[in-house]
Amino acid sequence: MVGGSSERATTPAPAVPLVEMTGVDKSFPGVRALIGAQFDLRPGEVHALMGENGAGKSTLMKVLSGVYSRDAGVVKLDGVPVEITSPRQAQDAGISIIHQELALMRDLTAAQNIFIGREPRRFGILDEGQLNRDAAAIFASMNLKLEPTVKVDTLTIAKQQMVEIAKALSYRSRVLIMDEPTAALNDAEIAELFAIIVRLKAEGVGVVYISHKMDEIKRISDRVTVMRDGEYVGTVPAADTSIETIISMMVGRTLSNETLAIPNTANAPVALEVKNLRRGREIRDVSFSVRQGEILGFAGLMGAGRTEVARAIFGADRKEGGEIWVHGKRVGISTPRDAVEKGIGYLSEDRKLFGLATGLDVRNNIALASLDRFTGPGGVLDEAGMEQAAKEAIRQLAIKTPSDTQEARLLSGGNQQKVVIAKWLLRDCDILIFDEPTRGIDVGAKSEIYKLLNNLAAQGKAIIVISSELPEILRLSHRIAVMCEGRLTGVLPGGSSQEDIMRLATMRETAMELRHAG
Amino acid sequence: MTDTTAPGQKTGIRISGAFHRLLAFSGLIALVVVFSLASPNFMQTQNILAILQATSVNGVLAIAATLVIITGGIDLSVGTLMTFCAVIAGVILTYWGLPLPLGVIGAILAGTVVGFTSGTIIAKLKVPPFIATLGMMLIMKGLSLVISGTRPIYFNDTPGFTQISLGSMVGSVIPGLPIPNGVLILFAVALLAAFILGKTALGRYTFALGSNEEAVRLSGVNVDRWKIAVYALAGSICGVAGLLIASRLNSAQPALGQGYELDAIAAVVIGGTSLSGGRGTVLGTLIGALIISVLANGLRILSVAQEWQTVVTGCIIILAVYADILRRRKL
Repeated sequence: MVGGSSERATTPAPAVPLVEMTGVDKSFPGVRALIGAQFDLRPGEVHALMGENGAGKSTLMKVLSGVYSRDAGVVKLDGVPVEITSPRQAQDAGISIIHQELALMRDLTAAQNIFIGREPRRFGILDEGQLNRDAAAIFASMNLKLEPTVKVDTLTIAKQQMVEIAKALSYRSRVLIMDEPTAALNDAEIAELFAIIVRLKAEGVGVVYISHKMDEIKRISDRVTVMRDGEYVGTVPAADTSIETIISMMVGRTLSNETLAIPNTANAPVALEVKNLRRGREIRDVSFSVRQGEILGFAGLMGAGRTEVARAIFGADRKEGGEIWVHGKRVGISTPRDAVEKGIGYLSEDRKLFGLATGLDVRNNIALASLDRFTGPGGVLDEAGMEQAAKEAIRQLAIKTPSDTQEARLLSGGNQQKVVIAKWLLRDCDILIFDEPTRGIDVGAKSEIYKLLNNLAAQGKAIIVISSELPEILRLSHRIAVMCEGRLTGVLPGGSSQEDIMRLATMRETAMELRHAG
Repeated sequence: MTDTTAPGQKTGIRISGAFHRLLAFSGLIALVVVFSLASPNFMQTQNILAILQATSVNGVLAIAATLVIITGGIDLSVGTLMTFCAVIAGVILTYWGLPLPLGVIGAILAGTVVGFTSGTIIAKLKVPPFIATLGMMLIMKGLSLVISGTRPIYFNDTPGFTQISLGSMVGSVIPGLPIPNGVLILFAVALLAAFILGKTALGRYTFALGSNEEAVRLSGVNVDRWKIAVYALAGSICGVAGLLIASRLNSAQPALGQGYELDAIAAVVIGGTSLSGGRGTVLGTLIGALIISVLANGLRILSVAQEWQTVVTGCIIILAVYADILRRRKL
């Protein structure tokens, strides 16, 4: 059943597509997420939507499913213009979205999840028997072997996904949007999922398939639409288009930003070396090194394991094996405190959650990692010294804040980021790990952060930058480490092409096997 | 606040912050004014001193609770821990016949050790604070009864003991102003706690933990150590409360204590400390504790039944928190 071209039945283009979106604009403060985007979906087709992180795929689908309202453009269902303003409305119109993070109630049964809010009743009392019969009927139609009464949290991720699909079908959905559905599935489970998708196609359901995985796209989809920077790039038939063509459509942007002068650091001493770091499936035998004054970029798709590596090095999460060497000496790091003592600072991708004590003021956030140094006799804090240090940092990093006693949460994203940087600089950290340093920061502040990172490198700091934006990686890095599914698939020199990076970033083990087989 | 420039926001914070502190304080003033007008007996020196004396135990306990609550935790064991410390003082002074200072040190030390234990259970074993201190509350209640043989321990052999709370050093200097020592101790504890919260690294980490514990951990701070320190400090303050109540009753009453934790938490909340952590003041808690005792005292003077006092206190708690929510919504 699975494998080969049997999964891809050619669909003749009907006169009226299920969904037709044209000229869709959507802006968020500081970001134009969609610029004249377009997309169409025919009944009984799997239409892959591709693009780098931030290309606008998810935003476009959130417009379709009523999560976001569009600023401009036309959305037609069955050729009729519609206004979808809420997820509920989308559901009533037959549009369902299966999110990357499954939205199930873990302690309820499969059947209870499917019919939540629509439970069949008899004399005002929940009719559990009817509920389970209805769910069983849907499972049967999917050819899925699953007990309606099983609790969802005892199911594998793959089975939970099936429950989500069953839920979508229970709404008689004709449009099914799947966002990275195979991210957590193994090959057998993927085959099972694809079998169900093929069955849905046969019933005339249109499937929007968002994925980064080239081999899957080739296997399951009829057409591929590529987006880049919020714009529509083009739509091609999946069968007749090479992976290389699709990748070049995805990354085909010319770098408008000036590339910064990259000094040669090849002979500088190694500041941080990681050997054979591992933890389960998330980190598989990762080894690399960073020199003083060097910026090492970490590229990869979402879930490739870059943040996991960073947090394991920093001692924020445990590791199962591997060595960490700092300035030529092997060190044991099991808590963030150990890492900080060795001069390693980590700037988390989620500042609000992990980086910043938002209720504290700027001064205390800057001093947070160095309070022991500002503690005088009797445990009394040297408030004047902290003020001086904070003001110095505010001046040096040009942090825009009315004063050092401003609450940190009131600063803009870029300035919050600078506060966290100031915290580590005050602590004398000379190995700095930046995880998505410009996420949620507007364009102007981004280039300021870039300059700051370059200055820090010029001062001899060893810097690791994890970023999902390839232009950012290419602009900043002396060398680029690329990860895929927990493995370091390669380290490229600074001037490498986006195609090279994407190839390493999608170098799945299964994909490689397929290539060997074919 | 239509202009969203940063300087404008700053003054906005200041004003509303002051407004809220003012709110609890003006509530207290309003209560005092109302009761003064309603009864001539209210605004008497004796009555005011009685109110302060009545506040001392709950005030000290509430300060202990404040420290823990600012970290984002909760301490349900403050009431029965207070009793446990009183019983320990009884054992040392009455059973063993040791001198007064040893009893004082023993009670405070007992509180510290128990607080340290709670903190360790919470920080190291990752038991949620609510559960850990609920367990500790029952353990302390039980141990107090076991150690004392369920009978009160009297301090008749330690003549100076009642002076801890009831004596008046101020009164011996200024005869017209017999402020009881218990009240002085309350203020001393409040000053010390305010100093620690405002001026020391421990205090700074207390707020930082409640604001964003993960950020503190990722800053390389030994989060566990500081958290344990806060619970230990709160425990030692409960020891002080144990001495105060035993001194006032001239006995350690082992069956007493449960329920005090809720009065303490009520004072903390009325005083504007956020139960979700990161925000709070000792001064606010003092005002909160005073509001509760003024209310109890005033209503008693007006011959309102005790049952109704409880109802009114409940309403005040809800109103105080609702006022805080309104303030935050405006921000």
